[in-house]
Amino acid sequence: MVVVLTLITIVAGAALAYVNYATSAQIEKIKAENLAKGIKQVMGVDLNADFQYTTEEVGDYTFYRSDLGTAIQSTTNGFGGALKVLVGFDKEGTVLGYTILEHSETPGLGAKASEWFQKGQKGDITGKNPGTANFTVSKDGGDIDAITASTITSRAFLLAVQNAYEELNKQQQPDGTSAATQQEGGHDR
Amino acid sequence: MEYILIFITAIFVNNIVLSQFLGICPFLGVSKKVSTASGMGAAVTFVLVLATIVTYLIQHYVLNPNGLQYLQTIAFILVIAALVQMVEIILKKVSPSLYQALGVFLPLITTNCCILGVAILVIQKDYDLLQGIVYAASTALGFALAMVVFAGLREQLQFSKVPKPFDGMPIALITAGLLAMAFMGFSGVDGGLSRLFGL
Amino acid sequence: MNNFRIILNGIIKENPTFVLLLGMCPTLGTTSSAINGMSMGLATMFVLILSNLIISLIKNLIPDMVRIPSYIVVIASLVTILQMVMQAYVPDIYATLGLFIPLIVVNCIILGRAEAFAAKNNPLASICDGIGIGIGFTLALTLLGAVREFLGTGAIFGFTLQGENYGMLLFVLAPGAFIALGYLIAIVNKMRAQ
Repeated sequence: MVVVLTLITIVAGAALAYVNYATSAQIEKIKAENLAKGIKQVMGVDLNADFQYTTEEVGDYTFYRSDLGTAIQSTTNGFGGALKVLVGFDKEGTVLGYTILEHSETPGLGAKASEWFQKGQKGDITGKNPGTANFTVSKDGGDIDAITASTITSRAFLLAVQNAYEELNKQQQPDGTSAATQQEGGHDR
Repeated sequence: MEYILIFITAIFVNNIVLSQFLGICPFLGVSKKVSTASGMGAAVTFVLVLATIVTYLIQHYVLNPNGLQYLQTIAFILVIAALVQMVEIILKKVSPSLYQALGVFLPLITTNCCILGVAILVIQKDYDLLQGIVYAASTALGFALAMVVFAGLREQLQFSKVPKPFDGMPIALITAGLLAMAFMGFSGVDGGLSRLFGL
Repeated sequence: MNNFRIILNGIIKENPTFVLLLGMCPTLGTTSSAINGMSMGLATMFVLILSNLIISLIKNLIPDMVRIPSYIVVIASLVTILQMVMQAYVPDIYATLGLFIPLIVVNCIILGRAEAFAAKNNPLASICDGIGIGIGFTLALTLLGAVREFLGTGAIFGFTLQGENYGMLLFVLAPGAFIALGYLIAIVNKMRAQ
């Protein structure tokens, strides 16, 4: 009886090892493609274009540096859990674009964040610089319109962008390559 | 501070039953009386914390170093099943009184998806062992809280006249829906707390 | 028993969701829209058909004592295979269903059918039972998903039927899952009583 159970487990393990071997390359490929697509999207590059970047992990943030600027992956606490965004900044620290990588916000409402702050939408953040514009919702005295009925999600999202910007500044300060205006302390804490 | 945040979030904001939909079977199945509901809650708390510790160690000391992450599901479920059996045998020997209180619930726990669910979530959220234990314990307390409150409501429900088609499960589900609505009042609290603590 | 009748039996008389009341976690957790409910139903059906087939093939080799652990190993392997295949080819759906994919292992429908049907019947009948119960589960999840999506956002399968401003968002959220399922079961009860 132990023999049978062992046999079944071995067969099962072997089958899994084979499927894992057969699919792992595809899974890696999809992950890499999605990441590349996200980075191109937030940097405002054509999705089919060839695009070079280097990856660097800085604490809780991931930096994807390129000739155009830096895309940063940043995480904050949203309405229902972690909110992970990828924001693209140009060399001056101006927001080029963003995409929501992961969220556990209310489906339907909180999820609107992936549209709301895009170019041409109501809460447009592209073309703004967190150094000069106040990246908080207008309710808190900021320059960005919050998503209707989702103030918490909006705050969390803007905080993620703001944090990414401050991290970017911190990284560029020492060698003085940053042209971005240093901001006096953070807000919305 | 971080632990307080995990604690409050797991019990109230992301209550395992009422907002994550894990462990619904025992939630609906053994919630007719407050006494059985609290027994189930206690048994789940006990097993959940143990299972989280064991699966955490397996993931980090057996699966990860050997590149066997794909065996996660199968390893976790077997470990949980074995663990439940072991707890049952040990309890019977060591503390018959505790066994009497929890014993009947133990076999039901293997297929309680909140055990496997939490074990996987602890790995996914990249918690360290202590955070994982706090998370598991608070989740289990959240489960027990939901169970006991719901059982209390259902005890009252017995005395109400319910239209025939709604008798039994439908009215229980609708009651659970109202309870879930009450728990929605906590949503957003975690975000506020994390800002308060400056995390 | 006629194989066709086995399939029908799973869809109507022993519908896992509305009649047997099994597998409630994925039923409530993944039905925030019709397409999500359907994906979850199909994923479960895949595991169910294969686990029924494999278990009915090996049922005579397994000693009674280790029956349940063996079934669990078979089901967990199938779920892991499903997990890897979905991750590789339909990553979006995999991301939406998230934790509920590995949790198919502890879905009582699958172990329940293995024990109650596949362990006692021939492979062909077991496949039919898997198809029947699978379709029954998928239909129930799709229906619940469609109801919640329509009441919550005014759309079904992503097609807007009425302006989203009329949607009752509550139905997409957790409480709506419980309430919508409660009403659906009540309606089924009423129809069965007649």
